[in-house]
Amino acid sequence: MFNQLTAGDIVSLIKKREISACEVTNDIFKQIDRVENNVKAFLYINRENAIEQAKSIDDKIRRGEEIPILAGVALTVKDILAVRGMETTCGSKILKGFVPPYSATVVRALREAGAIIIGKANMDEFAMGSSTENSAFYATCNPWDTERVPGGSSGGSAAAVAADETHIALGTDTGGSIRQPASFCGIVGLKPTYGRVSRYGLIAYASSLDQIGPMTKDVKDAAIMMNIISGQDKKDATSANLKVPDYLNACREGLKGLKIGIPREYFIEGLDLEVKKTIEQSLKIYEKLGAEISEVSLPHTEYSLPAYYLIATAEASSNLARYDGVQYGYRAKVDGDISSLYQKTRSEGFGNEVKRRIMLGTYALSSGYYDDYYLKAQKVRTLIREDFNNVFEKCDVLITPTAPTPAFKLSEKINDPLTMYLSDIYTIPINLAGIPAISINCGYSRTNLPIGMQIIGKSFDEETIIRVAYNFEQYSDIRKQKSPINIFVAKENVE
Amino acid sequence: MKELIVIGLEVHVQLMTDAKMFCHCSTNYIGKKPNTNTCPVCLGLPGSLPVLNRKVIEYAVRLGLALNCKVNRVSKFHRKNYFYPDLPKAYQISQFDMPLNTNGHVDIPKENVKEKRRIGITRIHIEEDAGKLIHEEASSDLSHCSLVDYNRCGIPLAEIVTEPDFRSPEEARVFLMKLRNIVQHLGVCDGNMEEGSMRCDANISIKDAKTGKLGTKTEVKNMNSFKSVKKALDFEAKRQIKMLKDGEKIVQETRRWDEERQMTVTMRGKEEAHDYRYFPEPDLPPLKIDSKMICNIKYNLPELPDDRKKRFLEDYKLPEYDADILTSSKTMGDFYEQAASEYKKNKILSNWIMGELMRCINEEKTDIEKSPISPQNLVELLKLVDKGTISGKMAKDVFEKMFRTGKKAAQIIKEEGITQITDKNQLVEMINKVIKENPKSVNDYKKGNEKALNFLIGQVMRFTRGRANPDFVFSTMKKMLE
Repeated sequence: MFNQLTAGDIVSLIKKREISACEVTNDIFKQIDRVENNVKAFLYINRENAIEQAKSIDDKIRRGEEIPILAGVALTVKDILAVRGMETTCGSKILKGFVPPYSATVVRALREAGAIIIGKANMDEFAMGSSTENSAFYATCNPWDTERVPGGSSGGSAAAVAADETHIALGTDTGGSIRQPASFCGIVGLKPTYGRVSRYGLIAYASSLDQIGPMTKDVKDAAIMMNIISGQDKKDATSANLKVPDYLNACREGLKGLKIGIPREYFIEGLDLEVKKTIEQSLKIYEKLGAEISEVSLPHTEYSLPAYYLIATAEASSNLARYDGVQYGYRAKVDGDISSLYQKTRSEGFGNEVKRRIMLGTYALSSGYYDDYYLKAQKVRTLIREDFNNVFEKCDVLITPTAPTPAFKLSEKINDPLTMYLSDIYTIPINLAGIPAISINCGYSRTNLPIGMQIIGKSFDEETIIRVAYNFEQYSDIRKQKSPINIFVAKENVE
Repeated sequence: MKELIVIGLEVHVQLMTDAKMFCHCSTNYIGKKPNTNTCPVCLGLPGSLPVLNRKVIEYAVRLGLALNCKVNRVSKFHRKNYFYPDLPKAYQISQFDMPLNTNGHVDIPKENVKEKRRIGITRIHIEEDAGKLIHEEASSDLSHCSLVDYNRCGIPLAEIVTEPDFRSPEEARVFLMKLRNIVQHLGVCDGNMEEGSMRCDANISIKDAKTGKLGTKTEVKNMNSFKSVKKALDFEAKRQIKMLKDGEKIVQETRRWDEERQMTVTMRGKEEAHDYRYFPEPDLPPLKIDSKMICNIKYNLPELPDDRKKRFLEDYKLPEYDADILTSSKTMGDFYEQAASEYKKNKILSNWIMGELMRCINEEKTDIEKSPISPQNLVELLKLVDKGTISGKMAKDVFEKMFRTGKKAAQIIKEEGITQITDKNQLVEMINKVIKENPKSVNDYKKGNEKALNFLIGQVMRFTRGRANPDFVFSTMKKMLE
């Protein structure tokens, strides 16, 4: 079953001509047919085009042309990223029917590298949420337990990877939206440094926090994707003009002498005991691998959540103002003037969480409140960034849980936004600081749910977090366990 | 109460770079089919991002330096948020508390005096233009809806904010004319108020001269020509003064100049004023300009109108009045200089341009750059006069014909046979004939009536249908009568 392999494996088999891109793609769609009704990871499935693309790759191989580095690899794209000619809704009714005439820079890069776009993944509307239940269309289920959420907002991407419906996926991360679902679904999710990857074609939620990153079955695949999507883009003024290293090299070195910091503020009330224990066991493995572990302090951690919910919502209130029914997407039927068109379109087009955040952000920017809310939040953001700078003088990476708990049940938190917000408590500070972090699977709960470990690195030092993650993955065989979705579906079919 | 008028201006100037401010679309949008001069970036499509066109900075710095501003090494972009269908992102990328240029000034001539008035420039910031709403006429099938044309979206604008230094609407008008002249000389904008490449809003209030107390101000918009700025502000000043005299309270509001009714009318009150919720644009890093770039721009700054006038006084030895008029617009100055490079009688040239050419241009309501007569054409005509082929008087007729038909002087002269009669024998014969036929006038002249001589010369000119050289006729006639 080629759908279960990593991108790295697929590419080497295709290069050796042991398998064809068509065979691989067929297996992917077989799996989608088998499990998608239960997982609901996709908003759009690109079957015909994908098969066409696979055929043309096979033709190229047959003609002896150069085989691109991701030839035949199945790629799933979060529906927040523009793909030319493919409906892109951002999980929202307000963008229903919007077909962008351009592709995101990362999508173009991966496609040029031979990746085959399988479909667009479900997500929380405009990436606002931590469970994918805020999708305007339907919730996605966790392949490890279909009664549970896959996390969010990149829940569709994470679930598709975990259910072997795709080899690799693109997610986006504003406050944890790659790492938290990666943690819930037992896969690898990397949020690069702000500016490392072009945001062109990423439909903005909070522009100063959003980053695109890989969601994969193993660390090596994340490194391969990073090699392709990183680097300056002339279409994104915030992308950094820095040389991009070969991230696969990071998978060749050990950990001797590595200094790991454990921020004490992350091991507090609200952290699930099983999660805590699993992280502690993982740290023992790191010690065995030659790393030195010490406790550090990030004193302004407790202000991260409020600062995030002011900055992110302020930017969102402006970014989402363009969905007004004038140019594209949903337009309400009205007889009145332009303001009633705006009001009705936005009332009907946006979901509750989006409206909540737009209102919050509008308030934070309003005259008379700006200094007390938005400006103060920016000052807190500076302090949080300094916290990280200080600890990185003493250590190379920080290790924390990715989320305080394993995947929770569908509907468990949907009516309690504040509790829901807390599931991003360990990931949000990283976005505020703009630094990179990776989440990898480091164990399981008694109920067989994956537990994620977050490795946080210095600005633009994705190499080190990839190296630290890779060494752990090689040492343990935790990753090798597959989600039980196939068993679940088979059982359901028998019944 | 003695009232003083206090006016401050906000002038938007489109910067004529090749590409728009944040994308590669052309700035040449006028006359294009609606929504064809657009791309995902200027349409604000989801996922698109702005990338600053460095040329915009160059043009805006040029403008800042020309208006004696401090060019800030670091400035920032902000988002100005408001909903309007011509604004596709629902925010305008603009500048707020850290604009590109600050603290400048422009000197304008004072009315009827030789002194100058210094107008403070508070700031010049850069921002993007919006699209245009098109309201179909009632007869149209589309009369029930408004259409949007996004072709203008993202055209770079410089917004010039002045101090409230104007003491009359006329000063405001004079300043705008000067500003137009400056942006034309800088090559950053054509300064066309009618077509909207230069647009002006004004704040106006009345100050009590005795107490120095400043009244409530109003903002006046929709003034689409230099004349309407003057008229609108005259109207608004009178309105406010009358209200104050009648003991009425002036409300702070935005008013619109209604060209048809020749009055300002309420547009929106203070309560309806927007809260623009400005915040730093996260998609663009702070704008940093190094001193090398500023030096470079300064060094390459084109000649400005004031310097050009000085040069006209010195190099062409023109009177102040002539130099003023000839340098009052870039195109007129260019016309003069192109002609002057081939024709050395500076004052005669100046007279022709200020006189005949401007009269024809004003009559046709056109611009000097569209003049059918090029500087070379004019020079050719003047040289024909100097050679004596035609007289100066004939030249005026020929000029008129050149302007109406676009033909060259030589061609008109040839076609109409209006060359001067240069055959002296032929002229002497005619003069003899006139003397013989008009003994009374000859007698009058001999008695000392100078007017009689004019009559006799006029007779010769009539015979020749103006083709005789008047100087020759005059001197010959005089000689023959003595």
